[in-house]
Amino acid sequence: MSGFLNSSIGRKYTMALSAFFLMIFILQHFAINILSVLSPDTFNETSHFMGTNALVQYGLQPVLLFGVVYHFVMGFILEIKNRNARAISYAKNNGAANSTWMSRNMIWSGGFILVFLIIHFLDFWFPEINTKYIQGDMSGLLADGEGYRYYEELTHKFEPIWRVALYCLGFVFLSLHLLHGFSSAFQSVGANNKYTKGLKGFGKAYAVLIPLGFIFIALFHHFNH
Amino acid sequence: MNLTLKIWRQKGPQSKGKMVEYKVTEISEHMSFLEMMDVLNEQLTNKDEEPVAFDHDCREGICGMCSMYINGEAHGPDRGVTTCQLHMRMFKDGDTITIEPFRAKAFPVIKDLVIDRSSFERIQQAGGFISVNTSGNTQDANAIPIDKHAADTAMDAATCIGCGACVASCKNSSAMLFVGAKVSQYALLPQGQVEATDRVKNMVAQMDLEGFGNCTNTGACEVECPKGISLENIARMNREFFAASIKG
Repeated sequence: MSGFLNSSIGRKYTMALSAFFLMIFILQHFAINILSVLSPDTFNETSHFMGTNALVQYGLQPVLLFGVVYHFVMGFILEIKNRNARAISYAKNNGAANSTWMSRNMIWSGGFILVFLIIHFLDFWFPEINTKYIQGDMSGLLADGEGYRYYEELTHKFEPIWRVALYCLGFVFLSLHLLHGFSSAFQSVGANNKYTKGLKGFGKAYAVLIPLGFIFIALFHHFNH
Repeated sequence: MNLTLKIWRQKGPQSKGKMVEYKVTEISEHMSFLEMMDVLNEQLTNKDEEPVAFDHDCREGICGMCSMYINGEAHGPDRGVTTCQLHMRMFKDGDTITIEPFRAKAFPVIKDLVIDRSSFERIQQAGGFISVNTSGNTQDANAIPIDKHAADTAMDAATCIGCGACVASCKNSSAMLFVGAKVSQYALLPQGQVEATDRVKNMVAQMDLEGFGNCTNTGACEVECPKGISLENIARMNREFFAASIKG
């Protein structure tokens, strides 16, 4: 299998598999986040479960981190290799005549998503790891002990307008990335058949609705707190 | 029509090329693009200048030799045609047309617009064939029943003329549409099954060795392909390659 993993097609497969995993994760992330709008108590309980469950923390979380790092690192490696495959650029190239802007600029939308992810990790993930595993507070309670802290922390983060704007921009780039990435992942694993047209339609809906949902959550908390 | 042409001129494989501007006059809209190039070369020859070197052979869209990148597109702005089938009616009087060779590290320029596509031949030699005893006792091809849909799809894949427009159009200089078509035309037929595992593995290995880029599914190759080779062929090659890798 080492030959497969080092081949151009093998790399396509692994990029697609990590993309599938990340797309499922994004859906799950959205499902939990929308609870903060629908029911703060349920959001708190779900967040506490996800933050303290051993399978999630020690099983799925490392896989997720590996998936994120692999997708970005392999994406950049492939981009460098691809650029090297054409030593001299065209004096005139009409890319818009045969492909979408999203498909030609995955490295840029992906790069902006990486910047957004770093900010997102600094905002939520690192403080969470610090509280639980460095300070050792696994209770998930507020400082005064009156209920869970997750909803309070979330709404507090979305008070500054600059952070809301940054998150909205990040989700726009996520949408652009998914508009090509969703169907591209299926093509990479060889799934191009009578269902492809429907799958592309579903992919477009996913690529627009999920980021739009995240934007709604950020705006909702900004204007309601 | 009177036209301004910006053409890539390069004396040899090691020379540094550059874009050079030419004026051509009295071009008929009924001419093919290569006939327009012939007029230019006649004008250059009459002025004792070096004519522009470009590949051509059949001039009817079959041989796959003509390989010009015209105004930012392989084989120019028309669809489903090679450069020799492109007509000057696609352009307007006074237009400036930029003409470059197909660009890829695996397609080095030999001279001006002529490129070396022997990398495609080496990929074919790595597995693009079936081993059949042709010593006089060959079985009649019609004796093997083949599903009509499979036969049609294999024929569609086999229409690839190996011109390299897919590589030229791909932002990554990927050859996967070409290799996908060559793998598919055998993978779909019973005659291709015996060597299927080695074929896809060897052809993909040679493709990677030649320095082509990785496919990112932009679909530019499918749009620019003069023979309408579908992306389904790349998906089929990916499946074939995965299955072959599992078999070992």
